[in-house]
Amino acid sequence: MTRTVFEERLFGVLKWISIVFFTVIAFFPLVYMAALSFKPIQDLLLDPGKWWPSLEQIFDSETYQTVLRPVDQGGQGFLVFIRNSAIVGVVTVITTLTVGILAAYAAARLNFFGKRTVSVSIILVYLFPVVIVSIPLFVMFSRIGIRSSLYSLMIVYLASTLPVALYMLRGYFQSIPVELEEAGQVDGLSRMGVIRRVTIPLASPAIAAVGLYVFMIAWNEFLYALLFVLENRDLWTLSLGVEQLNTQEVPKTVLMAGSVIISIPVIFLFFFAEKFLTEGLTAGGVKG
Amino acid sequence: MTTPETPPRIAEAEAEPEKKGRKRTGLARRESRLGVALMLPTILVILLLVILPLLWNVALAFQPARLINIREVKLIGFEPTLRNFEIVLSDNDFWPVLRTTFVYTIGGTVLSIFMGLWAALSLQKAFRGRSIVRGIVLFPYVVPVVAAAFVWQVMLNPRFGIVNVWIERLGGNPIDFLGTRSYDISVFGLFSVTIPLALFTVIVFEAWRYFPFAFLFILASLQSQSREIDEAAMVDGATISQRFRYITMPGLWPVISVLFLLRFIWTFNKFDDVYLLTGGGAGTEVITVKIIDWLTGRGNVGAASALGIILALILSVVVFIYYKFFYVEEDRA
Repeated sequence: MTRTVFEERLFGVLKWISIVFFTVIAFFPLVYMAALSFKPIQDLLLDPGKWWPSLEQIFDSETYQTVLRPVDQGGQGFLVFIRNSAIVGVVTVITTLTVGILAAYAAARLNFFGKRTVSVSIILVYLFPVVIVSIPLFVMFSRIGIRSSLYSLMIVYLASTLPVALYMLRGYFQSIPVELEEAGQVDGLSRMGVIRRVTIPLASPAIAAVGLYVFMIAWNEFLYALLFVLENRDLWTLSLGVEQLNTQEVPKTVLMAGSVIISIPVIFLFFFAEKFLTEGLTAGGVKG
Repeated sequence: MTTPETPPRIAEAEAEPEKKGRKRTGLARRESRLGVALMLPTILVILLLVILPLLWNVALAFQPARLINIREVKLIGFEPTLRNFEIVLSDNDFWPVLRTTFVYTIGGTVLSIFMGLWAALSLQKAFRGRSIVRGIVLFPYVVPVVAAAFVWQVMLNPRFGIVNVWIERLGGNPIDFLGTRSYDISVFGLFSVTIPLALFTVIVFEAWRYFPFAFLFILASLQSQSREIDEAAMVDGATISQRFRYITMPGLWPVISVLFLLRFIWTFNKFDDVYLLTGGGAGTEVITVKIIDWLTGRGNVGAASALGIILALILSVVVFIYYKFFYVEEDRA
C-alpha cells in the first residue's frame, strides 16, 4: 500500500512538472521570436539578457517596415513573397481538393478492379524521398522551360499534397452514413449528383480542414522553391524569402520579423482546424 | 472504441457485391467504370510527377549529365556509364556522410518518439486547460520549418542568444552549439568525453520539432485502450509503474512501431532541417544535403541522381530488415 501511495504522489508531481516542461519548450521559442522581432539589433547586442522589447519599439516595428518595404525603397520586398505564397497556396488547395475529392470518393465508396492496389500505392508514394523526385523534375521543367515560374511550384505541390489529402478525405467519406447517399439515389440523383449534393455538403467541415492542411504544406514548403525559383527574386515564396534573409548583412532581428510573418497565418489556421486535423491524421493509423 | 458504428458499416459496404445477385451486375459495372474514371486524374498526376521522374532519375544516374548541358540529357537511348557512381562513392565524404545520416536519423527518431510518449502520458488524463496545452504542444510541428530553424539559430547564437545568456549567468562560457564539430566535456575533472556537438544539437531540434507527431498518435492509441484491465489491476493493488509496464506499454507497441517506421523514413529523407540549421557544416552533413550540393553547388546532375539512388537503396534495405524482424503487428496487441 505504501508503494502505491508513494508512486501516486511521485507521478502526480512529475506529471505537472512535465506539463509545464512541454508547454514551455513548445511555446517559448515562439515568444522569443516575437519579442526579438521588434528589437533593433544594436539594442540586443548591447544587452542580450534584455530581450523583451519596449512599448515604443513595438509601436515603431522598424524591423517589420524593413521587411515589408519594396526593394527599391531599401526594404526586403516581402509583400511580393506573401502574394506569391498566397497564390501558390490557394491554387494548390483548389487543384488538390478537386482531384482528391473524386479519388477519395472512389476509394471510399465504389468497387472497381485494382482499387486496393491503387490506394495502397498512392499512399506508399508519400514515403518516397522527395529529393530523388526533385532532381528529374528540375531537369524536366528546365527542358520544357517552365521551371522558373510559379506554375512549376503549383504542379509539384499538387503532386506532393495529393496522397495525404486522399488519405484523410477517404477516412471522412467512410464515416458518412451510406443510408444518406442511398436516400439521395432513391430521389433520383446520379452518383455524381450524390457526390455534389450529399457527400460534399456533409463532409464540408472536413474538406475545409484538409484544404487548410494542404495550404499549410504549400505555404511551408522550402526545397522546391529553392531549386526552382531562386534566380528570380520576383518569384520567391515566403519561405525562400525568409531563408534568404539569413545572411551577414541582414540583422537577426529582421530575420525574426520575417519568421513571424510566415508563422502567423499558419498558427491562425491551425487553431481553426486543430480538432479535425488531429483526428484526420490519426484516424487511419491507430486502431487500438 | 469511440466510434463503434464505423467498422461494421465499412464491412457492409465491402460485402455488397456478393450480397446482390446477378441483377445488379450492370450497375456494378457502371460503378466500377465510374470508380476508375474518378481515380484517373490522381493516377495521372502520380504517374507523371512521381513515377516518371523516378524512372528518369535512374536514367540520369547512368549518363554524364551536367547542369550546363542539361538540354542534351536523354530519357532513353544513351550510352550507360557507371562513372557517376564511381565519382560519388570515391568521394572522401561518402562514408562520414552516411554515418552522420544514420546517427541523425536514429537519434532524431528515437528521441522524438520518446518525448512524444512522455508528453502523451502526462496529458492523458483530463485536467483544467488540457485542450489549450494540447494545442500549444503541437506548435513545433506546425510552425514553418524556416521560422523554427532560425529561432533555434538565434536562441543558440554564441553572442546574443538567450541560451548562452543563461549559460554565462550560471558562470559558463558561451558555446557555439551549431558551429562546433566536437566538444569536450570534462566529467568531474577526471576525464573528458568528446561529443559531436552540432550533430547532437540538430538531433535535439529534430526531437523538438517532431515529438508532437508521435504525441498525437500515442495519445490517440492511449485513449482507445480499454480501461477495464487497467482498473482491475488497480483494484488488485498494482502500482502506477507496474500498470504502465505490464498493461499500458504492451498495448502501445503497435503504434510505436508504426511511428518508428514512418519517422525513420521521413527523417532519413529530410533535407530542410539540417540545411537551414547548419547548411551541412560542422559535421552535420547528411546524404540529402550532399545530393543537393552535387546538384546546385557543383552542377553535377548525374552524380546527384546516382547518390539519390544509393539513398533509396539503403533506405529500402533498412526498411525491409526492420519490417521483417522488428515490426510489431497490430493483432498481437
